[in-house]
Amino acid sequence: MSIEVRGLRFSYGERTVLDEINALACPGEILSVIGPNGVGKSTLFHCILGLYNKYDGHIVIDGNDIRGLSIQQMARLIAYVPQSNYPSFNFSVFDMVLMGTSAHISSISTPGKKQMLLADEALEQLGIAHLRNRAYTHISGGERQLTIIARALVQQTKVLILDEPVANLDFGNQLLVLNQIKKLARLGYTVMQATHNPDQTFMFSDRVLALKDGHVLAYGVPAEVVTEDLMQKLYKTDIEVASLYGDKVRICVPKAVINNTY
Amino acid sequence: MPEEKRHINGLWWCFWLGVLLVVIIILSFVWGRYPISPSNLFKIPLSRIFNIDQTWPDQMESILFRVRLPRILLASLVGCSLSAAGASYQGVFQNPMAAPDILGAAAGAAFGAALAILTGQSSMTITLYAFVFGLLTMALVFFISHKTRGKQVIGLILAGIMVGSLFSAGLSYIKLIADTSKKLPDITYWLMGSFNGTTTNKVVLALIPMAISLIPLFLLRWRINVLTLGDEEAQTMGINARRFRIVIIILATLLTAASVAVTGMIGWVGLVVPHLMRRLVGNNYKYLMPASMLFGASFLLLVDNISRNVTETEIPIGILTAFIGAPFFIYLITRKEEAL
Repeated sequence: MSIEVRGLRFSYGERTVLDEINALACPGEILSVIGPNGVGKSTLFHCILGLYNKYDGHIVIDGNDIRGLSIQQMARLIAYVPQSNYPSFNFSVFDMVLMGTSAHISSISTPGKKQMLLADEALEQLGIAHLRNRAYTHISGGERQLTIIARALVQQTKVLILDEPVANLDFGNQLLVLNQIKKLARLGYTVMQATHNPDQTFMFSDRVLALKDGHVLAYGVPAEVVTEDLMQKLYKTDIEVASLYGDKVRICVPKAVINNTY
Repeated sequence: MPEEKRHINGLWWCFWLGVLLVVIIILSFVWGRYPISPSNLFKIPLSRIFNIDQTWPDQMESILFRVRLPRILLASLVGCSLSAAGASYQGVFQNPMAAPDILGAAAGAAFGAALAILTGQSSMTITLYAFVFGLLTMALVFFISHKTRGKQVIGLILAGIMVGSLFSAGLSYIKLIADTSKKLPDITYWLMGSFNGTTTNKVVLALIPMAISLIPLFLLRWRINVLTLGDEEAQTMGINARRFRIVIIILATLLTAASVAVTGMIGWVGLVVPHLMRRLVGNNYKYLMPASMLFGASFLLLVDNISRNVTETEIPIGILTAFIGAPFFIYLITRKEEAL
C-alpha cells in the first residue's frame, strides 16, 4: 500500500507551515523525513493520519483520497507510533498492545481470543514476549517503543507512521528499534518516519524527504540526496559526508570538528 | 502488586466483590433497630411463593419490604452509580483525581433541590428539580466548552468549574433568603445526604436513569482504556475521541445527577472507590468498571448501616463518607508500594 502526498499545503491561521509538498512512500521501503525542529514534520504526519483535515492538496492511499474515509477506516489503513510517553494510567504491556485492536472490534465489546492471539504474536515478533505482563511504565524506553510498535502491528495496517521513534533512546536501543522497523519494511510495510539523525538515513532508509521552511528541499535515494550541500541548507552548519568501508556506510561529520575550529 | 497478578486476578476479584455485596446486603436486612433474624429473612420472601406458616409478626414483613428493601436497593444503586461515574470521569479526563462533581452537575443538582425546598415542593418534586438542574448544568457546560478553543478536556473542566461555582453561589443565596426556622435546616439537612425515608417509588425513579447509564457504561468500558492515552492516539486507533468522551460524560453525569437527586450530596465515594479498585484489579477498565460498581454498592451500603445503627439519631451519610473517605484516601496516596 503506497502513500502519495500531492501538492499539500497547510496553514495555522495566517502562517503557512507546509507548502507544495509532494512525496511518495512505497511498500517495503522506509521513507525518512528530515529537517530542522518545527519544520512541519509532525504536521505532515498529522495530515496523513487524518488528525488534521483543513489542508489543500491530496493525500492518496492506494489510489483513494483519505478525505472520504472515516476514523475507523483510517485506523485500519495507517497505524501511528508516537514518541514514547508516560500515559496517565499504567497498563500492562499486553493490555497496551491489545488496544491496537480497537478499530477491528465493535465499541461495546472487549477483545476476544483472536485479538489476544494477535497481541501475543506481535510481542513475539518484536522479541518482547517476556515483557507481556510487566507494567508499561516499569520497562525501558526502548522496550516501551517496541511495545507501541507491537500495538501498531495488531492494528493490522499496511502503513506505519513513526514520529522520531528513537528519540531519547540510548545507542543500543536506537539500533534495536531501527532494526525492527527495517525488518517490518522488508516484510512489506510502507514505513514513514521522522528522524533528526542524518546518519540513520543512510543506514535505515530507502528514501529521504528533506523539509525546510515548509518546502521540499530534496526527495530521493539517501546516497544521492543527502549531500554536504543539503546538510548546509538544512542545518546551517558545514558538514562533511564521509564514506566508510568502500561506501557501505556514510556518516555526517561537522567540518568544524575536522578542522579543529570549534 | 505486579501487573501480572492483576491480570489473572481481575475476574476473580470481581467474583469475590460480588460475593461481598451479597453478604453485606443480607447483613443489612438483619441489622437494625428492629432486628430481623436470618431465618425469618429467608422465610418471609419465600412465603410469598410457597405455603409457609407465618411465625413472624406482620410488622416484620412490612419493615422488610417497605423500609429495609427500598433503602438497601437505593444505597447499593447510588454507591454503584457514583463509583461508576467517578471511574468514567477519571478515564475520559485522563486524570486520576477526577470525581463525579468535576463538571458541576452535583452543584447544579444541589441548587435545584434547594430551590424546590425554598418554594415548598413535595419530596418527589425536590428530587425531580435536583435531577433536571443537574442535567441543565451539564448542557450549560457542554455549550460553553464547545465555544472554547484548544483541548476539549481543558475546556470542559474550566467550564465545569465555572458553572459549578455559579450554582454554588446560587445555593448560598437561597440559603441566605430561606426561612431560618424551617427551610434553612431542611436545605442543610438535605444537602448532607441521607437514605432515610426511602420509598419504593423513589427507588424506581432512580433506577430508570441509573440503568440507562450503567448498562452502556459497562458495555463501553474497554474503550475508555484507549481514551486515557490521549485524543490523537485514540483517534489513530479508530476511536472518535471527542464524540466518545461526550457520550461517556453524558452517561456519567446522568448517574451523578440521579444520585444527588435521590440522596443529597455524598462525597468521596466516586473518588475513593475507583482508586481502591485500581490498586486491586489495575487500570484496565475491563475489570476496573465492574469492580468499582460492585465495591461502590457494598461500600455505600456498609456506610449506610453505620449511619442508621451506630448512634441514636441517624448520622447523615454524606458526613460519614467524608469522615471515612478522606483519611482513607490519604492512606491510599501515601502508601509507598507503587508510584502511580
